[in-house]
Amino acid sequence: MDLNFTETQDIVRTTAREFMARYYPKSLVRELEEEPIGFREDIWKEAANLGWLGWVIPEEYGGVGGDFLELIVLLEEMGKACFMLPFFSTVICSLPILAAGTKEQKEELLPKIAQGEMIFSLAFTEPSATYEAAGIETKAVADGNDYVINGTKLFIHDAQVAHSFLCAARTETDKANPENGITLFVVDAKSPGIKITPLEAIADDKQTEVIFKDVKVSKDAMIGEINQGFPIIKRLLEQAAVAKCAEMMGGADWMVENCVAYAIERVQYGKPIGSYGIIQSYLSEMWAEVGIAKRLMYYAAWLVAQGGPCAKEVAMAKSLASEVYRSQTRMGVQIFGGIGTTREHDMGLYYRRARQAALLFGDPISMRERVAQEIGL
Amino acid sequence: MDFQLTPEQQALKNEFEKFFSEEIKNAPPNWSGNLMALFESDENWAYHRSVADKLGEKGWLSLPWPKKYGGQEHSYFEQLLFNEVRAYYRVPGVDMWGPQIVAPSILEHGSEEIKNTWLPRISRGEINWCQGWSEPNAGSDLASLATKAVENGDDYVLNGQKIWTSGAHRADHMFLMARTDPDVPKHKGITYFLTDIDKPGITIRELLFMHKKRDYNEVFFDNFRIPKKNIVGDINKGWYVTMAGINFERSMIGSVSELQGELEELVELCKGTERNGKTLAKDPLVRQKLAQLAIELEAAKNWAYYVSHLQSKGQNVPAESSAAKWFSSELTVRFANTVIEIMGLYGTLKEGSKWAMLDGRFEDMCQISLGITIAGGTTETMKNIISWMGLKLPR
Ligand SMILES: Cc1cc2nc3c(=O)[nH]c(=O)nc-3n(C[C@H](O)[C@H](O)[C@H](O)COP(=O)(O)OP(=O)(O)OC[C@H]3O[C@@H](n4cnc5c(N)ncnc54)[C@H](O)[C@@H]3O)c2cc1C
Repeated sequence: MDLNFTETQDIVRTTAREFMARYYPKSLVRELEEEPIGFREDIWKEAANLGWLGWVIPEEYGGVGGDFLELIVLLEEMGKACFMLPFFSTVICSLPILAAGTKEQKEELLPKIAQGEMIFSLAFTEPSATYEAAGIETKAVADGNDYVINGTKLFIHDAQVAHSFLCAARTETDKANPENGITLFVVDAKSPGIKITPLEAIADDKQTEVIFKDVKVSKDAMIGEINQGFPIIKRLLEQAAVAKCAEMMGGADWMVENCVAYAIERVQYGKPIGSYGIIQSYLSEMWAEVGIAKRLMYYAAWLVAQGGPCAKEVAMAKSLASEVYRSQTRMGVQIFGGIGTTREHDMGLYYRRARQAALLFGDPISMRERVAQEIGL
Repeated sequence: MDFQLTPEQQALKNEFEKFFSEEIKNAPPNWSGNLMALFESDENWAYHRSVADKLGEKGWLSLPWPKKYGGQEHSYFEQLLFNEVRAYYRVPGVDMWGPQIVAPSILEHGSEEIKNTWLPRISRGEINWCQGWSEPNAGSDLASLATKAVENGDDYVLNGQKIWTSGAHRADHMFLMARTDPDVPKHKGITYFLTDIDKPGITIRELLFMHKKRDYNEVFFDNFRIPKKNIVGDINKGWYVTMAGINFERSMIGSVSELQGELEELVELCKGTERNGKTLAKDPLVRQKLAQLAIELEAAKNWAYYVSHLQSKGQNVPAESSAAKWFSSELTVRFANTVIEIMGLYGTLKEGSKWAMLDGRFEDMCQISLGITIAGGTTETMKNIISWMGLKLPR
């Protein structure tokens, strides 16, 4: 047992901090929030140059060959900086390609991802608003050498800039077991029949509705076996849930740091507000809860990286990180007082993101239900 | 970052598992295994003593001490594994104070004579200690204690009162602090004593806990004599001697691990208990509540491992260990109260009733858990430490 960060993990963190300080000020976050596309080519290229997009892609496919925990450290820094470019979407889509793609698919797609030439968007959720298999109603029907996809994907991040979708569709209906009959496809975002409509949401992250109307994909674009997509997705959702925890916990670190600094600097009644017991109580709980949720996140991430079963721990980590981030960003605003409620203050960026992230890749209620199953209930 | 135990750690843990899973079979019939259970009856106390002797023989009461004084020179992490396994099986046998509170103070501040006199006896599990620190007017602000010790020949003579002295009615020795100089700032006039208590000048009076059982006591000194050779560290330097007492495994893994065992039993109970035509296990609200407890336990466990990891690297971790104390003790209260709520009307029945669930352990726990958030530093004191020492907030 060694709970220290590795040297590489430390380097990743330092590099990411320098990168964010140099290229990614909060003023840019605000600009990106207001823009419908919300993309910056130059920053994207810089990130690709650092190897970030291919961090967990093996060297033989043009990546860095790093490990999942290093990615987690990187995502923490992105969460801290409110990084909005489609890094998260692209990287999580690269994982199932890596895990289940054919050699040809990997050779075709992964180097492009690693070089920043191919942005991916995960087209999974639908109006059913669930990450359970039963929620997938979009259909893909065989037609010669192609499949034809029809359906509506909802809450889809980064479709507006994506070159490709990783799309989950139903190729067979098995009422008894909805996990059967789902297939994954890589779909060119320029395919005829795709209609993308932006959604405005609390975090101003780029969510969309994506309608697939008679969209044709070649059989070769299938990732994994026909009807066998859900196990791949399950794994992907575990990875994505922990990755989301990392973003949240990075944001939480920003909050603790800045709330403590403000409590020391802000004077009322002739004393720093941080000298009042009530504020100390808020801050000590904030620091402790964030720290505790973060250690659970690292454990879940380590299990994910080991490749073994981790459903229980991932669900635990996602539920706790979400709850802590939500409740503590609420306290964070309180500590700043009136200024914390303004559009111009940074605290609101995190408060809004906490509400969004809690629901992505497993909200606390469904994660607890997963835990209940896993502990034998 | 690597969460895998080393083969040596795993082997040691297996050894602990083997021992404690066997030893719990010797528990007397009404053994609940909670923090206060050992004091509850003569049978329970005898069980505690028999395990203590075995642990002493194995050298497991002195895992992190130097070899020179009978220790095993393990790190805090191995101590954590021991505490984790023992608490999971709810086996007693470790004096609440000797190995982990008194010994570190002796190791850091005791003379060779003190070390050679006391450490071997502590590591053999011979001594039953009680802690004479708190007083009626010195709780969180412990340094304001007023019990007086006055020099007289080869002895000091004590007069005053202690309170909340856990297990004093079972103990044979006390470690205590008394004021030896009233004319200096409060931290600077305190001395640290070790004493046997089977002699004149001391009165131990029962003070019942709200659940009507006896844990703590009031203790009165009336010209009680302690030989000078039983002073640890220098005269008037006792406060700093107690500070060394924070050098123990402070992760709170024991509370967490005990509850982990309880959770497993609770899951089985919910699967086998029908309410309103379905089992409790099928009730979505019950599922959410138990899952939340499981999550908080796993989080507390990981935090405990982290604290122990930092300690093993030689770091002093006031804020982290205070967070562990705060989170785990408050979790114990939440846990007990949630269980009672889930059990419904059965939840409040005491042990001994044929209707009681899980031997009424939670009727008990929802009361005694309150002590954990107060004893050894209150929840508020933990937050103060985090604020002042961790976050460096102004006072
Ligand atoms: C079950 C149990 C067993 C115990 N066993 C022992 C034992 O064996 N030996 C022993 O010596 N002692 C023992 N204690 C005593 C324990 O250490 C004290 O109760 C504890 O230190 C608190 O002191 P107090 O009870 O006087 O409360 P007080 O210190 O009077 O506190 C009352 C309230 O005020 C709060 N408070 C106090 N100061 C501050 C502050 N600066 N900021 C914010 N809030 C504050 C406290 O947190 C608490 O909520 C035991 C206590 C219990 C409950």
